[in-house]
Amino acid sequence: MNVTANGSGSGAEGPKLISRPGPGADLIVRCARLFDPRTGLDALRDLVVRDGEIAEIAEPGSAPEVEGAEVVDGDGLLALPAFVDPHVHLRVPGQEHKEDLETGTRSAAAGGYCAVIAMANTSPPIDSAAILGSVRDRAEREASISVGFVANVTRGMAGQELTEMAELSEVGAIGFSDDGLPIANARVLRRALQYQRLAGGVIALHEEDPDLSAGGVMNEGEVSAALGMAGVPSVSESTMIARNCSLAVYEDARIHVQHLSARASVEEIARAKQAGVRVTCEATPHHLTLTDEAVRSLDARFKMNPPLRTEDDRQALIEGLRDGTIDCIATDHAPHAAEEKEVPFEEAAWGVTGLETAFAALFTDLVLPGVIPLELLVERMTCGGEPFGIEAPRLERGAAANVALIDPDLTWTVGEEGYESRSFNNCFGGRELTGRVLMTVAGGTVAFRQRSFALGVAS
Amino acid sequence: MKHLLGVEDLSREEMDLILERAQSFAEVGRRDIKKVPTLRGRTIVNLFYEASTRTLSSFELAAKRLSADVVSVKAAGSSVDKGESLKDTVATLSAYDPAAIVIRSPHAGAAGLVARWTEASVINAGDGKHEHPTQALLDVFTLRQRLDSLEGTNIWIVGDVLHSRVARSCLLAFRTMGAKVTLCGPPTLMPRGIEALGCEVSFDLDGLDQADVVYALRMQRERMSESFVPSLREYAARYQIDSRRLGPRQLLMHPGPVNRGVELSPEVIDSPQSLITAQVESGLVVRMAILYELLAGNDRARPERGQAPADTPTIGQPA
Repeated sequence: MNVTANGSGSGAEGPKLISRPGPGADLIVRCARLFDPRTGLDALRDLVVRDGEIAEIAEPGSAPEVEGAEVVDGDGLLALPAFVDPHVHLRVPGQEHKEDLETGTRSAAAGGYCAVIAMANTSPPIDSAAILGSVRDRAEREASISVGFVANVTRGMAGQELTEMAELSEVGAIGFSDDGLPIANARVLRRALQYQRLAGGVIALHEEDPDLSAGGVMNEGEVSAALGMAGVPSVSESTMIARNCSLAVYEDARIHVQHLSARASVEEIARAKQAGVRVTCEATPHHLTLTDEAVRSLDARFKMNPPLRTEDDRQALIEGLRDGTIDCIATDHAPHAAEEKEVPFEEAAWGVTGLETAFAALFTDLVLPGVIPLELLVERMTCGGEPFGIEAPRLERGAAANVALIDPDLTWTVGEEGYESRSFNNCFGGRELTGRVLMTVAGGTVAFRQRSFALGVAS
Repeated sequence: MKHLLGVEDLSREEMDLILERAQSFAEVGRRDIKKVPTLRGRTIVNLFYEASTRTLSSFELAAKRLSADVVSVKAAGSSVDKGESLKDTVATLSAYDPAAIVIRSPHAGAAGLVARWTEASVINAGDGKHEHPTQALLDVFTLRQRLDSLEGTNIWIVGDVLHSRVARSCLLAFRTMGAKVTLCGPPTLMPRGIEALGCEVSFDLDGLDQADVVYALRMQRERMSESFVPSLREYAARYQIDSRRLGPRQLLMHPGPVNRGVELSPEVIDSPQSLITAQVESGLVVRMAILYELLAGNDRARPERGQAPADTPTIGQPA
């Protein structure tokens, strides 16, 4: 299959991605618009999936019906390579009241994802081989799509001592991150970057200078001034990126910068890339579509870290997406229970869910108004695994079927029918979005069908 | 008007309505019997998550002068100390069917949340560093007693703007009434981007002599340990309003409580220019006016409430 870890070849599950084994799908999607910028495919075709593999891409209406194969009417639908999210919080172990592996991967599948990378700021955090082993075991029973688990860089995410990174890597850590917290101590991060030569695995960094951000709950600027809430200045992010890029180039290490939010950060990454630093980075749908103006509502669904910033910052992120400074789109899906959000903004938990709305939000706000082409969106939503050694899925014969089937004309109200995620702290809740994932095939298995679509097929 | 959550939501007409009502209550206040029966049988809950002397006492007295039943819940010694969420506390208090909940919270937006969770009218008595609309209204009332109109007046707000909800609400209220506002304070205590609210910003007192009104803010001692300013001594040297800096025709205001010798020198506090005591007096009548406008105004929409004291549950008679 195409979703493989660390280049371990096609046709087998990458050792670092793990999911519940499912039956290989037999499907014929008739006359859908097959669109894959990587293979240059953009045409009405029949997509034939046999035993979980793309068996054929045939002229529309030409694929013969096979007994036992489900026929899906693809008229008016878009078939894309399924998406890969390099940054989600599945909350296992310890915070299953927010999300678990089953609900989290179902939520991902509902958003058209075939693989996600789960962060390690759990309770306890994933900082030992025993804990990593246990979540991987659970994923093998509960995850409906592939999950890669990062392990912590430092023990207990305390930012002081390194975890046993080499052993963690052996046990299946797909990379390393203390996401949720920055690694404030430069000496500790430097040791981790040195140790990467032994342990391998990209180090994914949540960039925030805790001294500069201390006390802040939203972007520092006109809106925080008006609301009287303490701000997180954008320089708390960009100065850490600058520092860490310097460390990475000095140690010739590979880093992945998470959730860029500010213009200054995009500029730092662009400079670093130009200087040859081995750095990749991501941006989220909410930072690409919303600004701190949304916080005027004092609605805690708009509270996340890094915070929503200004229109100028948002424009810089879009520009970074266009020119390749920003490598991929990550949701930073961060589920929280209702009682953690139904409190004053300053008290609320940080984070928003986003797996189920990522494509629709970006399609509605960026593709439909012509800000970016569909091609770019699909590229950046499918390549999220690359920093972690996972190839992007492709629509081509012989590849494992990782397909998102989307109705690009369907307008829906977010949250109206609830969410697949256990939590509903989605910052697009109540909004009308256009473009809906109807079906997702992940790793050759049908991982999701939208309810009304499933009924339509049955009748 | 159902709620008073912030000056930001108030039109000039609504402010005028409250201020005119306050004027009529000021006249009642000069009678021997200062109590009116307007809110008899209605319950008003004061929910205070922060220590407060003048705001709380002023709201309690305002409610009593209007003949309402009042219960004040303070964070210390109540269920809120036992980890009860704001939402649950509001649900509990709403079971008493209060006509109004007056809330003070250390968090921005708390009053707005309470308004979503209760049928009662909600009055913001201070939410974090965000707004303190009743303070701003009483300040406008106080000034109008002296100046008739704020149109074209020049008002300086001096001190720790960053941590001041009073500064935000007063800025908005003074501007709505036509004044020109300058915010002045150390750069470390001036929120980045505050000019967007439509004010001038100054980091020193040059030009203070142009002000018609000088509004000093409280300078909290804990700001020293957070190194917002090097020392109280340096702060006072640069920003203290004293008799040398305050002209004879300038009016002086302060939301209280005053740090004597820090933001104000002792002699200006007691000077004829000082409106500080007048502000406290105004607080009572303005809060009466707010309660009246929100609750008596609602009578027309909800005739089944208010005039039936026997059916209206009060604290002490479990609903």
